[in-house]
Amino acid sequence: MKKDAKLVILLLILVAVIIIVPLFVLKGAQFGGSDDAGSVKVEEISGEYEPWFTPILETVLDGEIPGEVESLLFCVQTGIGVGVIAFLMGRMVERKKHEKSDTAC
Amino acid sequence: MTSKEKRIWKISILFASVFVAGQTAGAMHIMEGYLPPTLCIAWGAVCIPFLVKGFLEMKKIFSENPRAITILAMSGAYIFVISALKIPSVTGSCSHMTGTGLGAILFGPCTTSILGITVLIFQAILLAHGGLTTLGANTFSMAIAGPFVSFGIYQIFKKFNLSKRAGVFLAAAIGDLVTYCVTSIQLGIAYPSMEGGVSTSVLEFLGVFAPTQIPLAIVEGLLTVIIVITLENYAKQELKAVGFNRPGNN
Repeated sequence: MKKDAKLVILLLILVAVIIIVPLFVLKGAQFGGSDDAGSVKVEEISGEYEPWFTPILETVLDGEIPGEVESLLFCVQTGIGVGVIAFLMGRMVERKKHEKSDTAC
Repeated sequence: MTSKEKRIWKISILFASVFVAGQTAGAMHIMEGYLPPTLCIAWGAVCIPFLVKGFLEMKKIFSENPRAITILAMSGAYIFVISALKIPSVTGSCSHMTGTGLGAILFGPCTTSILGITVLIFQAILLAHGGLTTLGANTFSMAIAGPFVSFGIYQIFKKFNLSKRAGVFLAAAIGDLVTYCVTSIQLGIAYPSMEGGVSTSVLEFLGVFAPTQIPLAIVEGLLTVIIVITLENYAKQELKAVGFNRPGNN
């Protein structure tokens, strides 16, 4: 149990390092999406390419989703996920506590 | 599966093969409108049998194994979180992880395909990320091919009684990488290079996606191990309900 806790902390630090290091090593890099890099590559290979279908939301909005709004939507997605995980984990942690006190009595 | 469910599944396979056979030609998320319509339909058709089987499996979980619903929800939520996080990588561009490894390890690849497609639909409609026309291709790479590889790797570790945590790490990390490899192949097929054809083109796309993805695959592997350790400590009953037992001591 204690060993697990140590391992988890170690792994989290490792994750943080892997994510943060590129930011400092590659100063001034764009950090654009690799999905976009994909579309650049498509044009390189097959010349000008006009996507034959634009995202519905962009059609409705007559243009791209504003950057800030897009980050909001990504946050909403993360929020939904974290909410579900946190709620369920909270329940499980409490349950374990109760189980422990039950057996103690 | 009941015989009726089996029949539905068989029909779905037939349906898929008809569509695929009808084709002449042979990104993480491929962008909306970036695949020719014929390929969109073909990839979509390929996904159908897996999705149908996944749907039936999920139905079974809900009716027969309610205890597993909690971690099913967590696996889905995990994909939601993980695939919304764009992470900077060593190549100077950002990409995101798939998060499907956890579901594949716990529930198998078909059930995971349903979780994956849910996220992809959310992103395609609300975020203009990926796309509805390319939903089939993206589902195949992220929610089917990746999970199948993860599942396979984990099963091998289980069979030979190797370290479970190493198995979880590799399953999630390699599943994530495979997703991008499949995306490269899909784009390569759609855009064969002038000289060299499909294979050259596939390598070109791999060159864009793979280096960016490798560190992220490692991160995904580590995060999945963390989640599994947490579940092992707090959700023993649920893990037992899905048959996730401990091979080896670790």
